[in-house]
Amino acid sequence: MTGFHTAADLRHACELKAAHPDATLIAGGTDVMVGLNFGHTSPAALLDVSRVPELREWSREDDTIVLGAGVPYTRIVDELGGALPGLARAARTIGSAQIRNRATVGGNLGTASPAGDALPPLLAARASIELASLRGTRRVPARDFFLGPGRSVLADDEIVAAVRIPVAAGAEQFAKLGPRNAMVIAVASVAVTLDPPRRRVGCAVGSAAPTPVVAGDAETFAGAELDWDGRRELPASVTARFAELAAAATAPIDDVRGTAGYRRHAVAVLARRTLTWAWQEYRRS
Amino acid sequence: MRVDLEVNGVRRSLDGVREGESLLHLLRERVGLPGSKNACEQGECGSCTVYLDETAVCACLVAAGQAQDSRVVTVEGLADGAELHPVQRAFVEAGAVQCGFCTPGLVVTVHDLLARTSDPGEAEIREALAGNLCRCTGYEKIFDAVRLAAGEAR
Amino acid sequence: MTVAPARPVAVRDGVGDSARRPDAVAKVRGEFAFSSDLGHDRMVWGATVRSPHAHARVLGVDASAALALPGVHLVLTAGDVPGVNRYGLERRDQPVLAEDLVRYIGEAVAVVAADDPELARRAAALVRVDYAELPALTDPELALSGGGPVLHEDGNLVRHLRIRRGAMPAAADIVVVTGEYEVGMQDQAFLGPESCLAVPDADDGVDLYCSTQWLHVDQDQLADCLGLPAEKVRLTLSGVGGAFGGREDLSVQAHACLLALRLGRPVKMSYGREESFVGHVHRHPARMRYEHGATRDGRLLYVKADILLDGGAYASTSAAVTGNAGCFAAGPYEVPAVEIDCRSVYTNNPPAGAMRGFGAVQVCFGHESQMDRLAAALGMDPVELRLRNAVDTGSVMATGQRVEGPAPVAELLRRVAGKPLPPPPGTDPRLLPGGMSNSTRAEGLLRGVGYGLSVKNICKSAGYDDFGTARVRVLARGGDVLAEVHTAAAEVGQGLVTVQAQIARTELGVERVTILPADTAVGDAGTSSASRQTWISGGAVRAACAAVRARLLERAAEVLGEGAEALRLESGQAVSELSGRAVPLVELLVTEIEETAVFRHRDTQPLDPETGQGDAHVAYAFAAHRAVVDVDPELGSVRVVEIACAQDVGKAINPAAVEGQMHGGIAQGLGLALMEEVKVRDGRILNPSFTDYLIPTTMDMPPTVLDILELPRADSPYGLTGVGEPPLLSAPAAVAAAIRDAVGAALDRIPVTPEAVAAAAVGR
Ligand SMILES: Cc1cc2nc3c(=O)[nH]c(=O)nc-3n(C[C@H](O)[C@H](O)[C@H](O)COP(=O)(O)OP(=O)(O)OC[C@H]3O[C@@H](n4cnc5c(N)ncnc54)[C@H](O)[C@@H]3O)c2cc1C
Ligand code: FES
Ligand code: FES
Repeated sequence: MTGFHTAADLRHACELKAAHPDATLIAGGTDVMVGLNFGHTSPAALLDVSRVPELREWSREDDTIVLGAGVPYTRIVDELGGALPGLARAARTIGSAQIRNRATVGGNLGTASPAGDALPPLLAARASIELASLRGTRRVPARDFFLGPGRSVLADDEIVAAVRIPVAAGAEQFAKLGPRNAMVIAVASVAVTLDPPRRRVGCAVGSAAPTPVVAGDAETFAGAELDWDGRRELPASVTARFAELAAAATAPIDDVRGTAGYRRHAVAVLARRTLTWAWQEYRRS
Repeated sequence: MRVDLEVNGVRRSLDGVREGESLLHLLRERVGLPGSKNACEQGECGSCTVYLDETAVCACLVAAGQAQDSRVVTVEGLADGAELHPVQRAFVEAGAVQCGFCTPGLVVTVHDLLARTSDPGEAEIREALAGNLCRCTGYEKIFDAVRLAAGEAR
Repeated sequence: MTVAPARPVAVRDGVGDSARRPDAVAKVRGEFAFSSDLGHDRMVWGATVRSPHAHARVLGVDASAALALPGVHLVLTAGDVPGVNRYGLERRDQPVLAEDLVRYIGEAVAVVAADDPELARRAAALVRVDYAELPALTDPELALSGGGPVLHEDGNLVRHLRIRRGAMPAAADIVVVTGEYEVGMQDQAFLGPESCLAVPDADDGVDLYCSTQWLHVDQDQLADCLGLPAEKVRLTLSGVGGAFGGREDLSVQAHACLLALRLGRPVKMSYGREESFVGHVHRHPARMRYEHGATRDGRLLYVKADILLDGGAYASTSAAVTGNAGCFAAGPYEVPAVEIDCRSVYTNNPPAGAMRGFGAVQVCFGHESQMDRLAAALGMDPVELRLRNAVDTGSVMATGQRVEGPAPVAELLRRVAGKPLPPPPGTDPRLLPGGMSNSTRAEGLLRGVGYGLSVKNICKSAGYDDFGTARVRVLARGGDVLAEVHTAAAEVGQGLVTVQAQIARTELGVERVTILPADTAVGDAGTSSASRQTWISGGAVRAACAAVRARLLERAAEVLGEGAEALRLESGQAVSELSGRAVPLVELLVTEIEETAVFRHRDTQPLDPETGQGDAHVAYAFAAHRAVVDVDPELGSVRVVEIACAQDVGKAINPAAVEGQMHGGIAQGLGLALMEEVKVRDGRILNPSFTDYLIPTTMDMPPTVLDILELPRADSPYGLTGVGEPPLLSAPAAVAAAIRDAVGAALDRIPVTPEAVAAAAVGR
């Protein structure tokens, strides 16, 4: 490695990235440094964005939270539990206190792992991602961001500046499954959002396909079947079908952390539970 | 490259730092503070926990260059001279130390927890310490130490 | 001389007190020097070149690219080993650096020295080794059946222990249960990485500062490898970050010494976590077939067991582990007839060796699973079945050895079974299965309770000459009496230093005790394993103190003009029981007193090679566990709610330290039950990191309920029994039993994965 560049602000970060397209961005470092310490990766240079002020802030624009890509999870948990309960719940399941103090949504997007726990909530909530470069800023729906494991639409000269997430219009849930009761990479995860004004459900699944995926059929089904006005209890047939459709949206693999069959099963169970919990919350509200 | 930072109140300028080097390596091998431990170097064990500008982090996951101009406090910086910090004293008194490899990181993590919450409940303690692995103690006496230190602080 | 009336004050922090660790303050301050913290001017760093193949011929090594890097000093291969290029605890079968053959992925082929660790690692990656791959033998069954390549001269069988006792009963009215069980490969996962500093000295010798469990056995092997007399290979123990068996074999030691001696410069080596997974041996994975026969009223009639241990590429301690697994395959039960075959084989998997519990853990999962299965077949309560068959003092074990000393097996079980059960699950999802994953609101949660009983030998067995050495010195310093204790016994975290000091205080009535660093300047202490060190090195310290005391009393007798028999040491004085007069020790110590003592436990015999019968063990230790779990049957997640453990420790020299051993052992047992497995495919470790090799966190380890019995033994110092291993032994069996109890289905393999639990729950 031959360089270490520190960006002072977003503009500077974009300039540096344009000048060093092969430099690896580093924010919380919780993915980047693991690769470096183990000698598994050897990037040409590091570009530190951990102190870029624009990335470290969040703000509210009408019904949207504009979340700087570099806001660590601890702050999301502490500050955004009301506006973005799904993301905040997911953030709380990530790593440990020390990890959450550093790690960021921008890094989770940059790593683009199917197991990124912040990602299903973004997909479920139909967030969009703001990408900045010297060429300007563009917005990409989170649902279109991922191309494959570790791959996204992010260009060499671009930086994730922010994520624009609709303020929760209703209950949101997130649950994951892992072989340990803390500090685990998800074997499967599910995020569900309810949007009663639009009569819309969001549902996305992690760790069960090459990328986090939207369970579109499950969303459509639930959106139509839920008794938004009467708020009656969910019939078991609805949750069961929803679970089935969520599982059908996945394309899991066997690996050292779990078999494909188990992942699919887990997605169904988690989808059923998260929808049930969200619905209970909605009924109480 | 060169990194300037403050460690335990002392300003340091370190030359010849590798670009991909971790803050942990810098502290242990260049500053001469091996108190922060290196059990995994992948963020899983917490044995390297230090304060970086008042935030508890895994030093193994901070690139040394990211600590430029920052203030770092390590386990070596918690005692007041010969006087142990109450958290340190509680670890000694509760018998929370066996091999001690996890201890520096745990001391910093508990210090941080108690700075934020004076009277943590059981689930809260467990959650806060979930990023600090200990292979010897089964954690039970570490929880005792947390409660002891919390009681003393009140 | 001051002769005064005695002040009868018991010494503080003596035997039986929860004395604090002398090293705790340095440890909480971050000032305690672990082997990975050592440094030296002019020091260079070593790194290891390892085989990527499970089985291959080494055709050649080309180090030119590595040596071309500025700052790289040296690359050594097998030809550079000056002595015998072999090491090993039981058989010297493992090359320090591979010669023409590599037998596992990760085997050391060359070592590199460079200016800094990163450079050394890069240089190691540049060393080109040409291999011709050979077919790899990674299935232990195949190795046993004689299929596949022969990996060592004497064949692939490391050891076969046959135990035959009693006549198998005729088949009338016998309840028979059979089962096949498997235990995965567990890693010691000590937190302190393998590391050391080797410093060459002017007389062509080397001073090695390292983490180990046994300085003298390291010295022995190193001297042979380096072609040096033992006195030129001096070892000093540095801070050890946990061991659990994983530091019995050499790792960095020989490599660092080789480099240091060749370069004439201090060399430091330190593994990262990934390398650590191939840098030490693991717990033997086991496959076990069992058959138990019992009467209708639940009396065991016979046990048949066929056990296969995968020893991996080199022997390490496989033969002794095989011995233990065989000896304890039937558990702590009275069984009139046994037929046990326990075998270990060589394969091209990573070598297996010592880990806390040493063979007894694997079979405990087997025999306890069988007891539960038998209880179910009999329609009997599993506790009752165990009580009915538990050994007691005077019972005969599978090897024909009569149990001497306390054997409160039934009592231990009654105690854990009698504890109140924990309250039902609450609503905080953090304390439900899944923990931080937020995966349940207690939907369909099942609670289960399971039991485990276990037995293991304490100290070394089967005729091994097991001893410890201690040197104790008392001197007057600054108006005070100071005792110095010097042994080569390895403090690995267990608290041996505390216990040694406590013994010296009690024996000498002196408060100030210093434990000198362990090194090879004093005689052999034996290994810090087999739960033996408090007994053996503690015994040696006690014996050395007794010799010192005798000399002090002689001096006191002279001063007081009374016979030494009536004198005792107390609170820094020699006191006469007759006259009540006393003399301060300081005044007796114008010249210091030093004594060295060697302590041995009683002899043991090897097992008969045909029948496996014999008095092979010094002592048995027992433990009982009760685990309570909550299971999410759909997802298969488990949260252990509580573990109760009862153990007889003979005498708790340091009650707090005993508790610490119990907590830690339980945690490691829980880990083996639920999550810890080194996954190996085609000889390759798939999860060499703490991201994928999971050990219990604070969210996984439940509160424990401990019950410590102190039934003194007649044949050990203070009546103590080793405490380190028993709390682990039956913890995995109890946790697995509790999960079975919850889901009502068989689970025959540990670790029990969520996936297996979910599958079992569906199939129930
Ligand atoms: C012990 C441990 C536990 C973990 N547990 C979890 C977990 O439970 N769930 C989970 O999802 N993850 C987990 N992770 C992974 C990691 O913490 C997350 O992926 C985190 O979100 C990464 O954020 P970061 O800021 O640290 O990223 P970095 O490591 O700084 O960067 C990660 C990637 O993103 C790129 N990047 C960073 N910032 C930007 C940006 N603004 N624009 C474009 N690209 C960018 C980097 O170039 C790099 O490729 C864990 C990691 C560790 C070490
Ligand atoms: S060494 Fe940093 S978390 Fe383990
Ligand atoms: S005391 Fe050894 S790892 Fe915690």
